[in-house]
Amino acid sequence: MTNDTQAIHPLWLRATHWLNALAVLILAMSGWRIFNASPFFDFRFAKEITLGGWLGGAIQWHFAAMWLLAANGLVYLLCNGGSGRLWVRFFPLSPRAIFADLRAAFRGHLSHADPRQYNAAQRAAYLFVTVDAVLLVLSGLVLWKSVQFPLLRELLGGYETARRVHFFAMTALIAFVVVHLAMVALVPRTLLTMIRGR
Amino acid sequence: MIRKSPRLAAVDGAAVVKEALRRIEQPARRRFLQGSLTLGGLSLLSGCAIVDEDSVERALMSVSRFNDKVQGWLFDPRQLAPTYPESMITRPFPFNAYYGEDEIRQVDADSYRLEVTGMVADRHAWTLAELQALPQTDQVTRHICVEGWSAIGKWGGVTFSDFLSRVGADTSAKYVGFKCADDYYTSIDMPTALHPQTLLTLSYDGQPLPPRYGFPMKLRMPTKLGYKNPKHIQAIFVTNTYPGGYWEDQGYNWFGGS
Repeated sequence: MTNDTQAIHPLWLRATHWLNALAVLILAMSGWRIFNASPFFDFRFAKEITLGGWLGGAIQWHFAAMWLLAANGLVYLLCNGGSGRLWVRFFPLSPRAIFADLRAAFRGHLSHADPRQYNAAQRAAYLFVTVDAVLLVLSGLVLWKSVQFPLLRELLGGYETARRVHFFAMTALIAFVVVHLAMVALVPRTLLTMIRGR
Repeated sequence: MIRKSPRLAAVDGAAVVKEALRRIEQPARRRFLQGSLTLGGLSLLSGCAIVDEDSVERALMSVSRFNDKVQGWLFDPRQLAPTYPESMITRPFPFNAYYGEDEIRQVDADSYRLEVTGMVADRHAWTLAELQALPQTDQVTRHICVEGWSAIGKWGGVTFSDFLSRVGADTSAKYVGFKCADDYYTSIDMPTALHPQTLLTLSYDGQPLPPRYGFPMKLRMPTKLGYKNPKHIQAIFVTNTYPGGYWEDQGYNWFGGS
């Protein structure tokens, strides 16, 4: 316990982070194979980066990992909200601060001196990806069970619109992952922090 | 002529399906093993000491069975699929089957008989004229394919729950199974069979059901994905023995609901 209270990232956060990473990897790769079965844009994802082999296999992976994403995401939200970490780490947050930190980041002036503090750009990015993941789950529910969730279906503009929402939410998530990994490569210490907590 | 395969000639539905399942098990298994673990899948699992494809397959299958249960629990028998104005019908409505359009089966209307067996009181075989004489209704609903695409169509025919009560089906049974002239087979849960929008379909867009959409009769369920909607149905049986399905036995989710 002492270790945990001293940790920059508590154990529950590290556990949910890595389980989420696994779920996202499986869901994205199998989702690309599912997209390939009936693409609504004029391209297909390379077979080598998809999971499941054929459509049925990809759906099995997708509909297994969705439980991991949803359950793990729920644990994360409950712990983050319940422990008060959400308010301490992510707020206050203003558009002006986000803009200022983004500008500093692009000039290479943004410091990571204190890993306990998220800068405004980090706060915005992590909050964005949280909301994006919720949108992925909700639009996914409409695709899976469009008849059984009529309110959600209509809110997302019907089945066909929900397909696009799901796709663009995936694209946004992948864009986040790319930036996230680039940042970790620039400040490798953050990877250690996410593994051992300190 | 209806091309009757040997297993369709048998009378005992459950035994027939059991045999079919036994036959299909091996090729399905091979296909799954070939397909389920791609380069991506292997690289994903390379962190593990042992890549046991068999146990991965079993785990995914058991999650799929779990998803059947969740869908059965989520299914609301009174929740209707949305209906649309005729102006929104997709034209032309896409053809889809496990074979190409050049292999569409031609079923002869005069010699057609619909077998009804299993847990039913009235086991007489129905002619097409008898089916057409039953009260008809129609619906404009969205067909959603497991591949992701969807299309809106207009189907007409006999409400399936009416048909089931007419033949004295035991509606406490778990499954209703279907065998088709194109050697397709599938099965559904009883609550979906009794859903008010589940239709023994005899017509498409006001015309007799054309061969490409399953002449003379298909089952239309706007609460299930396309592969759960069998075409060219020759035999219907009510049973408590899990009958599986053509795609389901290869790994598609059995409930397949939307």
